[in-house]
Amino acid sequence: MIETELTRCVASFHPGATGVTGAAKLSGGASQETWTFDIVHPSGTIGAILRRAPPGYGAAPGRAAGLEAEATLMQLAHDAGLPSPKVMHVLTPEDGLGRGFIMARVEGETIARKILRDEEFAKARPMLARQLGRIIAGIHGLPRAKLPQLRGLTATKEIEDLAREYHSFNWPRPVFDLALRWLRDHDPGPSSEVTLVHGDFRHGNLIIGPDGVRAVLDWELAHTGDPMEDLGWICVNSWRFGEIDKPVGGFGSREDLFAGYAEAGRKVDPDRVMFWEVMGTLRWGVMCCGMMQRFRLGPDHSMERAMIGRRASETEIDLLRLLAPRGR
Amino acid sequence: MQDEPTPTELIKAVADFLRNEIAPAIKGHNSFKLRVGINALDLVTRQLVLAEAGDATEAARLKALLDTDGTLMELNRALSEKIAGGEVDLKTAGLSEHLWQTTMDKLAVDQPNYASYKRELGNKV
Repeated sequence: MIETELTRCVASFHPGATGVTGAAKLSGGASQETWTFDIVHPSGTIGAILRRAPPGYGAAPGRAAGLEAEATLMQLAHDAGLPSPKVMHVLTPEDGLGRGFIMARVEGETIARKILRDEEFAKARPMLARQLGRIIAGIHGLPRAKLPQLRGLTATKEIEDLAREYHSFNWPRPVFDLALRWLRDHDPGPSSEVTLVHGDFRHGNLIIGPDGVRAVLDWELAHTGDPMEDLGWICVNSWRFGEIDKPVGGFGSREDLFAGYAEAGRKVDPDRVMFWEVMGTLRWGVMCCGMMQRFRLGPDHSMERAMIGRRASETEIDLLRLLAPRGR
Repeated sequence: MQDEPTPTELIKAVADFLRNEIAPAIKGHNSFKLRVGINALDLVTRQLVLAEAGDATEAARLKALLDTDGTLMELNRALSEKIAGGEVDLKTAGLSEHLWQTTMDKLAVDQPNYASYKRELGNKV
């Protein structure tokens, strides 16, 4: 039972803790799990989250920053006053819980459809885009010297990575070829400024309450590169959940996002943002095809994975809307 | 010749049963998975109804565009290579129309409720 190990572990970093209750797995693939639990303490119960690779799972896969790097980034963001959970403990081998970290649990909503439709978020929605602009500017402004070791990414490298992955599927998609060709023809070259890039700044990784953004999660894809990548990714149509006329997450405008970014003292390059939006749309399409491959070849023979394969065509229509818009 | 009912009718009957009788009685994560399963059956039904005509017109467009013959897979591979190599691009007569029609026909099967698709349905060239 994981509560036994957790009880021993929390006592080591939170003196006076008498145990844990309510441990439940929120999500988990084979190599990475997220658990919620409460730390019992005489002065009050504290909500906590464990993010870990269970014992026996070592190195992070190809693109992942690694759990230790995630913990460092989350703490850096927290210390900079950005909405980020406080990291309570980084796991050690003595904890017997695998690799990972424990952070404070932030209450709120991550499900896009609720954030976009439910009444309790009605007041927050109009201010989210500007707020996210300020937050992502803060992330891009985190001091390079304090960052953990991260992979570096350029537009040119990302195009080649996507092309290689697409070709590995051995299934022709002329719209993807059109997008790859467009990306190569419009590659803006290395960014004049290289910063920390969150890498997955979108619905699902943002905890939102009626008062706005409460936390940015999931630094798994963090890297260094062109800061405009994060602004383009959050504008990808796949994250608008039907609200296609509100490019930022289905709740806001690019103008508001850019205004928030500028308010925090950083400069937007709208052409680069658009370039990364095309890249992001193709990237999600390639990821959908990858899910289908894992369904067919891997041990996870799930309907969900299979059906995500049939969402690649959503990115094809979005690519055509971006690259070959029809007369209106 | 196989007998009736058709595969389409059988799958639709199963999907309707799951949707109307079973889904209301299932809770939690399995309810989500059941919905995914029903969506998959609905997708298969749409493909059985729509794919033959869509594939035929797609093949005809590809043969005209590429001036060659072959299976649908071979033709798509040839088009992919020509686009990748820059021999064919959006200035090529018929390419944009072909990609749009092919994509619309795919979404009619895959995700007919996708907002971009619904918008473009009302935005024909």
